[in-house]
Amino acid sequence: MKNSYHINEKGYYGEFGGAFVPEMLQPNLAELKEQYLEILQDKKFQEEFQDLLQHYVGRPTPLYYAKRLSEKYKTQIYLKREDLCHTGAHKINNTIGQTLLAKRLGKKRIIAETGAGQHGVATATVCALIGLPCVIYMGAIDMERQAPNVARMKMLGATIIAATSGSKTLKDATNEAIRDWIQNPSDTHYIIGSVVGPHPYPDLVARLQGVISKEIKVQLLKAEGKENPDYVIACVGGGSNAAGAFYHFLEEEKVKLIAVEAAGKGIDSGESAATSILGNIGIIHGSKTLLMQSKDGQITEPYSISAGLDYPGVGPLHAHLYQTKRADFMAITDDDAMKAGLQLSQLEGIIPAIETSHALAVLEQRKFKKEEVVVINLSGRGDKDLQTYIDYFNF
Amino acid sequence: MNRIQTRLQHNKKILSIYFTAGFPNLEDTVSIIKSLEENGVDMIEIGLPFSDPLADGPTIQSISTKALKNGMTTKILFEQLKDIRESVKIPLLIMGYFNPIFQYGVEKFCKKCKEIGIDGLIIPDLPLEVYEEEYHSIFKNYGLLNIFLITPQTSEVRIRKIDAISKGFIYMVSSASVTGGKNSFGKEQLHYFERIHNLKLKAPQIVGFGIRHQESFFQATKFANGAIIGSAFVNFLRENSIQQIDTFTRKFNSLKK
Repeated sequence: MKNSYHINEKGYYGEFGGAFVPEMLQPNLAELKEQYLEILQDKKFQEEFQDLLQHYVGRPTPLYYAKRLSEKYKTQIYLKREDLCHTGAHKINNTIGQTLLAKRLGKKRIIAETGAGQHGVATATVCALIGLPCVIYMGAIDMERQAPNVARMKMLGATIIAATSGSKTLKDATNEAIRDWIQNPSDTHYIIGSVVGPHPYPDLVARLQGVISKEIKVQLLKAEGKENPDYVIACVGGGSNAAGAFYHFLEEEKVKLIAVEAAGKGIDSGESAATSILGNIGIIHGSKTLLMQSKDGQITEPYSISAGLDYPGVGPLHAHLYQTKRADFMAITDDDAMKAGLQLSQLEGIIPAIETSHALAVLEQRKFKKEEVVVINLSGRGDKDLQTYIDYFNF
Repeated sequence: MNRIQTRLQHNKKILSIYFTAGFPNLEDTVSIIKSLEENGVDMIEIGLPFSDPLADGPTIQSISTKALKNGMTTKILFEQLKDIRESVKIPLLIMGYFNPIFQYGVEKFCKKCKEIGIDGLIIPDLPLEVYEEEYHSIFKNYGLLNIFLITPQTSEVRIRKIDAISKGFIYMVSSASVTGGKNSFGKEQLHYFERIHNLKLKAPQIVGFGIRHQESFFQATKFANGAIIGSAFVNFLRENSIQQIDTFTRKFNSLKK
């Protein structure tokens, strides 16, 4: 079954995906859908994109053999260092690609949503670089929790608008960004930050983040003499870093994929963000996927200590990987993630983002064989989370 | 013939009112509907509140949050409406986002609507293509009309396609906007209203979004067959009692002639 993990012609991964949007957004999405593949495959676009990835972002990011971690867990652990990207996380791979795409679509203005602020910062950064005005929607509560990122975006010249509706967090910021797009249908491009939202966004973002797994293949061939690891592990909120780390391995059934969600205070605690386990199928932000909701179909607010993992939905690709069992979904609690973050800091000298710490915590819970090669996508660095680490460990 | 079709045949200019079920109080649904009918409203859209109403502006978003806090659910709404047809004769539609309907079960939802005497549904985030492919036959079986939206950006080809499948009316979104817009209709909108009028569509058109005073109602119904007032009415209910609804409807009724 070739290509079964990619979208079909209607924009679905199996039964997940599609574009459940109000008619007001139909022309915008139709325009994007008709042009995105052609633009992504255009030679000039690729030249510009690759040039920026190399000289501005700092790609390829290293695939680092984590010796002390490998010794501890008696297996072969490689870390894909997305934390070394400019702005500190993988998010910028997507914002560079989409901003260049927006320029080619003739758009004059960029909007984006942000939760923790990483996608907002990555968007504001690229808008400054390319010279496009940029409006970032951020939940009012998140603006308080992530004040340094708000300051960063302002310094980069972006306008920040607080989402004050609903729960005042990421899902509401996304609603507000979509409302902005409805009201500015012709001159504005909306950069969604993850593999979520209506078709073609999940595919567009997965393709742009696919650079992560493309590089892993090349780097692993050099280091181990083979392109494919035994495992790829990545954390999943909406799922963009996981989509990127999995992308070129999706059809390689021998490569086992582990997607790690945030269990928060525990799956059954009522304070969790383990969407695939706690959610069921429905519609969120224009996509049919798994989401956390009440039995009446009202979307509920998830919880995780990590601001980047508390999205009530999950990208349709991941819902499909979950349903087909192509990826193994695990849920890691706040406590286990924090411990894993501290351990990586002290064993390897790398302070990871708390999102990433969830992926690292898998090492405690799964046994890997001595000779197995395990690649963990180190999606971001922990600077933004320092306060949370300080509060948690009482440093 | 469906009540919507009958009403549109007989009335030249329709005054249609939207309200969110569960606001101001959980139990107000039936009294609001009755009062609207008594006060000359031609058609009612009963809003099923949703946590994340993408196409709505701040008014309906905040009222929906309030309605949900008051405890409104799909089940309760159906329970409240079960005897509505003993008294109310005008067309009734339910307007809601797709997820709550999907969770209830689309077929079960449609069946319940038929039992109650609901005439149509407006589901802004259920796209035409999905409706045609997956749900059209269910709606048809239960005699429900699905109402599609068009906007100033909708291409003529698509408008024609929507016209062909529309059995009730076409919901003309007045401008590139979410609900509750504050701008007056400028040249651009008036041109759009006229352009749609000149397409000589088979389905009648009713304008919504941003209709909030006599002027906008007058402009919207100059070419179209009626107008829908939502946010302005919901705002009215924030400040006024259900007994005062006549002061709201009066000014629009006078323009229907």
